[in-house]
Amino acid sequence: MERRYIQCDRDKCTGCLICEFACSASKEGSFDLERSRIHVIQPTPSMIAVAVCQFCRNSPCIKACPRDALSRDEATHTLKLEKARCAGCGWCIEVCPFGAITLDESTKSVIMCDLCLDHPQPRCIEVCPQKALRLYVSKRKQSREPTGG
Amino acid sequence: MHSYWGKCLIIDLTAQKSEVRELPQSLLRNYLGGVGLGTRLLLEWAKPGTDALSPDNPLIFASSGLAGTMAPASGNHAVVTKSPLSGFVSDSVSSGHWSLSLKRAGYDAVVITGAASSPVYVFVDNEIVHFHKADHLIGQGSFQTAEAIRKHTGDDRVQVASIGPGGENMVRYACINDSYCRATRGGAGAVMGSKRLKAIAIRGTRAISAYDLRGVERASIDLYARAQAETASGHKNPRTPDNLLPINRLDALPTRNFQQSSFEQANITEEYLAANHLVKIIACPTCPAACEHLYQVVDGGPEVALDYESLAALGPLCGIDSVPAILKAVELCQFHGMDTVSTGNSIAWAMESFEKGLLTKEDTQGINLSFGNPEALVAIVESIGKRNGIGNLLAEGTKRASAKLGRGSERWAMHSKGLELAGYDPRTMKSRALRFAVGLEIQSNDCFHCGDEDIHSSSSTSLSNQEREDTAAVSNSLMICGLIHSCFSDFLSEAAHLYTLATGIHISPAELKQAGERINNLKKTLNIREGWRRSDDWLPPRLFKDPITSGKAKGAVLSDKELQAMIEGYYQSRGWTIEGLIPTVKLKALGMDDILEMAKGSWHGASLHTV
Ligand code: SF4
Ligand code: SF4
Ligand code: SF4
Repeated sequence: MERRYIQCDRDKCTGCLICEFACSASKEGSFDLERSRIHVIQPTPSMIAVAVCQFCRNSPCIKACPRDALSRDEATHTLKLEKARCAGCGWCIEVCPFGAITLDESTKSVIMCDLCLDHPQPRCIEVCPQKALRLYVSKRKQSREPTGG
Repeated sequence: MHSYWGKCLIIDLTAQKSEVRELPQSLLRNYLGGVGLGTRLLLEWAKPGTDALSPDNPLIFASSGLAGTMAPASGNHAVVTKSPLSGFVSDSVSSGHWSLSLKRAGYDAVVITGAASSPVYVFVDNEIVHFHKADHLIGQGSFQTAEAIRKHTGDDRVQVASIGPGGENMVRYACINDSYCRATRGGAGAVMGSKRLKAIAIRGTRAISAYDLRGVERASIDLYARAQAETASGHKNPRTPDNLLPINRLDALPTRNFQQSSFEQANITEEYLAANHLVKIIACPTCPAACEHLYQVVDGGPEVALDYESLAALGPLCGIDSVPAILKAVELCQFHGMDTVSTGNSIAWAMESFEKGLLTKEDTQGINLSFGNPEALVAIVESIGKRNGIGNLLAEGTKRASAKLGRGSERWAMHSKGLELAGYDPRTMKSRALRFAVGLEIQSNDCFHCGDEDIHSSSSTSLSNQEREDTAAVSNSLMICGLIHSCFSDFLSEAAHLYTLATGIHISPAELKQAGERINNLKKTLNIREGWRRSDDWLPPRLFKDPITSGKAKGAVLSDKELQAMIEGYYQSRGWTIEGLIPTVKLKALGMDDILEMAKGSWHGASLHTV
């Protein structure tokens, strides 16, 4: 499948955090922003960006993991985490250029976006009141992708 | 307990110690949170007759049972303390990111008592409270302060509520800034300054539990959709500067210190601001409406938030039509941490005193303080923040400044109980006359809709004022921002439903309404305890004696008989005595026996009721 990820239009995003609330409610069944898969970063009031997994082609996170807990699901082009293998060491967190992986303190394993594949639509896109989020679909052909990693 | 923690953090700045106290469920259900909970805590923690700027005046921050859930625009908090302007309850409401962190740190409220001996800031890191020296932050604005503290704590998610130089210098209408000025009116920033508390930084990372999580989620998403539909239908956000022109057309725009009620140079529209100065539109947590418009005077300069009341006070009220000057003045108010309405009012009072010859260039350090002089406006805002020269006098607010200057200048000191009037002329907008005169709420968080109020008539405003105040008390205690009320089809029943879903505490719409009434009676009780008199519910003499000098409303004055009748009607609708005091039976009927009990014990003979 082609590479897809959540993309945010920074001009439209208001920093309301509704996407974070909805993601954590959907994935964790609680209002727990620490465990949202999408994070709104607002270092100054007018400077807003969203951190969420981009499913990079070269996946530095997969390469960094010393326990081979992360792999790519080729069918969906998303990340797979083998929870039993993850020790919560944070190497993947360190190398992710987007700050998209976070540590779940309660389970000591990492969490990242899975595009809500079990839903008809990514939950964050569905709820964003400003319609700032969309599912970006890469036009680059699969065959031209670098192999390995 | 769901959604609430049932916990209040007590910070004693004198001893640099903190402790956590329980908040029983019955108290939370009775007073909800925000303004209600804050006022209840103030009653408990402030001794009668406490001076607002003394270490004994507690400074209270309270969030609500909905904060931290998905409930729309519910992340605000109230700052409650004794106002250095009025000596009565000050209950300003502020925006949300700080409040969300407070809730996520595990507290429903914070009570700050005592005073530090040298500048400090407090860092609440979930359950741990640190006291840090703040000497290096003195003289900094709120953004610089937040930036420095985030650097120190190494975490961008730390939210900071702080005062600027205005608060440090105890300008009586200084405010507390988190992100942009919001806990604006009433002078809470001066109280914080008197405690030498520069900032409260919070890192909160906990999950918030809800009694029925899916229920809250469904109800909230439904409300977001309604808010979106409203925006799509062109419904403008009512707090925005766009109100200037309609209010001007209604002859209700206070101009040149209330000498006129329309401004011939009024031409500032949202389109103009958007095209020339708008940088970004942002929202409080869980708010679908996004009302905060950020503007810049010059590209790359500091950003300012501008609402109608700021624009009115620093623009037409001072005779100013230059947008860059107004934005610059707002920017300076923001830096110094001062309420724009009181700042503009104080300057307008000084401008009139200058034109009438009561203040001379000697008093103003050579500044030509005439109405309409943009340079003077900007220079004076700066001098107020620093308490330099004439700024030192104006930093006291119009009530005290006019008492000091004397010579008749009290006549055009436009305040009620020491709090400067916001941008609506009560001579033409009669419903505001009652509202400003009895003033149970210090900061209006609802807004003007041209169709909403029958602006020129005073009949039936008494009952509607009571209802409006009670709904506002619910909204400022549940902390559902007043600006999104229009997307509720029936506010009380939908809010009660949300509250029950979040907290698991059952409350009916009627009980919620009664909670609003209870909260307002509590505020009034506290004000009575602090020496409120019937004569305090009144308006400045200008409105009765000085007719509007130009425009369609030329010649209009307020009749004291008419206002008297409105006030009596209002007391009656509240079930108070003709003197505006609360009968014991009223407090009993509202289930406020605890308050009666407190009144017996420790109020040193301060009288509460007559019947
Ligand atoms: S819900 Fe939309 S507007 Fe709100 S923070 Fe998320 S992306 Fe931004
Ligand atoms: S977690 Fe980070 S590094 Fe890994 S694929 Fe996603 S964005 Fe790339
Ligand atoms: S797509 Fe789903 S998992 Fe990913 S950030 Fe959005 S809501 Fe969370």
